[in-house]
Amino acid sequence: MSNFLTKIKATLADVINAVIAFFVNYITFFVKGDYKTKLSYIVMGAGSFLNHQVVRGLAYLVFEIFFITYMVNDGSYFLRMLSSLGLKKQGEVFDEATGLYMVQRGDNSMLLLLFGVVAVVLWIAFICIHYNNVKHAYKNQCLIAEGKRPESFKEECQALLNERFHITILTLPAILTTLFTVLPLLFMILMAFTNFDKNHQPPGNLFTWIGFTNFHQVFVGNPLWVNTFRKLFVWTMIWAFFATFLNYIAGIVLALIINQKRVKLKKLWRTMFVITIAVPQFVSLLLVSKFLLDEGPLNGLLLQLGVIKHYIPFLSNALIAKITVIVVNLWVGIPYTMLICSGILMNIPQNLYEASLIDGASPFKQFTKITMPYMLQVTTPYLITQFVGNINNFNVIYLLTGGDPKTLGLYQAGETDLLVTWLYKLTVSEKNYALASTIGIIIFIITAVISLVAYNNAKAVKEEDQFQ
Amino acid sequence: MTKPSSVKKSRLLYDIFIHAFLLVLSVAWILPVVWLVMQSFREEKGAFISYIVPKGWTVANYVNLFTDTKLFNFPLWFLNTFIVAVFSCIITTILVLLTGYAFSRLRFKARKPLMNVILVLGMFPGFMSMIAIYHILKAFGLTQTLLALVLVYSGGAAMGYYIVKGFFDTVPRSIDEAALVDGCTKNQVFWHIILPMSKPVVIYTILTSFIGPWVDFIFVSVIMKDAYNKYTVALGLYQMLSRENIYNYFTEFCAGAVIVAIPITILFISMQKYYVGGVTAGGAKG
Repeated sequence: MSNFLTKIKATLADVINAVIAFFVNYITFFVKGDYKTKLSYIVMGAGSFLNHQVVRGLAYLVFEIFFITYMVNDGSYFLRMLSSLGLKKQGEVFDEATGLYMVQRGDNSMLLLLFGVVAVVLWIAFICIHYNNVKHAYKNQCLIAEGKRPESFKEECQALLNERFHITILTLPAILTTLFTVLPLLFMILMAFTNFDKNHQPPGNLFTWIGFTNFHQVFVGNPLWVNTFRKLFVWTMIWAFFATFLNYIAGIVLALIINQKRVKLKKLWRTMFVITIAVPQFVSLLLVSKFLLDEGPLNGLLLQLGVIKHYIPFLSNALIAKITVIVVNLWVGIPYTMLICSGILMNIPQNLYEASLIDGASPFKQFTKITMPYMLQVTTPYLITQFVGNINNFNVIYLLTGGDPKTLGLYQAGETDLLVTWLYKLTVSEKNYALASTIGIIIFIITAVISLVAYNNAKAVKEEDQFQ
Repeated sequence: MTKPSSVKKSRLLYDIFIHAFLLVLSVAWILPVVWLVMQSFREEKGAFISYIVPKGWTVANYVNLFTDTKLFNFPLWFLNTFIVAVFSCIITTILVLLTGYAFSRLRFKARKPLMNVILVLGMFPGFMSMIAIYHILKAFGLTQTLLALVLVYSGGAAMGYYIVKGFFDTVPRSIDEAALVDGCTKNQVFWHIILPMSKPVVIYTILTSFIGPWVDFIFVSVIMKDAYNKYTVALGLYQMLSRENIYNYFTEFCAGAVIVAIPITILFISMQKYYVGGVTAGGAKG
């Protein structure tokens, strides 16, 4: 744990140092710069242009012109509106000049927030590129002072394929990730601090900043939300625990059984199990959910055979439904673990088993004392990702039960809903985006804490090198 | 040294027991899949029958799926999915391979921070940004288009670089260092040395990114809303099981599911080796 805290401290220190260095450099370049460098602060690209780097200089300049035009036209407006998220409500307003009621087009809080975020991101990009431009101008100046020549366009292109190849190949991924991951996430994170719910839907209504109220409501304020959150959180953890460890152990046992020398047709058995993971989940799980309905084929079959008198409420009784989803998840997950672990199991040094056999260990003892410790050590990262993945296991719950059976005690959620399916329902059917974003942030914190703590402890285990 | 016959006998019993056990288990595992295939050939109408093996067999479900396009235009959805899958597969493969190469082989100042940022971003639940992505696409006027789907499936793809990086890490560095000494650029090293040596992971990336659009039904439903002609097979088939359609279309759903599932199953089984390699390689590196 202390190791972990020092790491966080070190990272924070790095970030702070980087920020300080950034500002110090900004000033140093200006103070030490010649007229070309100083000009670059106002006319971007001047330091390149005046040193015969036409293309680079033009690129800076075009970006600056684009940025300024955008900011003058729209950007500054969106930035100003970011603090209020809209003032004018849609509706009729009395116009004093004409003495009539006029229909006013209201502000759309959501678009204001979205474009506000875009404007902020553009500002950050601008500052980075501006810094880069100044730095480059200063570098040119230093090169000339040393009697060298700044890189020509051709040399720069060559560098992009070699020393600076990372810039070439990461630019496109970075832009796309920013657009489709970073920007949406920033937008949704900010939404958690607004009151964007059913009663504040743009364009008809405005929503605005309300600080940490949503978090307060979820943890203490709103009894219904508190109750729902607590219940779903506990169930999510129970689910993640069983879904991860039952699958893990059962999968290893299955792999061990198939791995035995005496078992014939190993490949056939493995393939039989693997087919279930290969079938798309929306097919297999939907089918199973229909298969298990109260009037479904399984109940019908069991009734016909006389095994049961009344149908079993596989998916309609809260407790049985919870057990059902865990069991069905075994069906989905065991082959998965078997597939992953088969190869690793074969790597366990055989002499460990032989030695233990001489000492008179039973197969069960061998399993708990040799196989499991070895597997745990090798597959800890896999287990952690599985656990986190199960916390966010949307498909199994959504396709099997849809969160049902429904209950009145929970806000927009059913008995088997996980936090993540609740989040989905809140956005799609309830349109309570603010609460959904709040839950999303809470899920993030939960998964981040679990994986950070688990990884750090796992590293400590790894360093012992028990098996080498 | 001969073993006593009782030991032999108990060994044989154990062998029989193990194989019987495996047989029972694999039947339990395979049963729903077999059931699906049988339902797709079922002649009787209706959603469910309370017996497992159908009484009459037919291929009409498959024929109807492709000919009766009034309510559910399966051929069109199939084409949509295929187009989206091809393009998102191309973009995803390029992005993921390049990102994996950059993080595995190139050393630059932002490398560690970038990897950490991606790790943190990956911890947010994916659905959280779904609505925001919808509005961003809407701002570009792209909602209810196939292009939007391609962008959504491949836009954040670079974040899944781990498996590719894990594989590239296993290619000995001495090889590309030798090439660099001989005057290759890093660009050439990637195309002429790393890529040809990484066929398994390239195939793996191509296949997984190609399968993605066939099995997703959440993002499609958010982006396409009611534009039925732009649906993909997963979402379309999903509609067949809604309360008002299930009675008439259940067997057709099964037929459609079989058509989608068979190629995916074959692909998956044939590449399970790469799949396992990918998952464990990523894991071992932490």
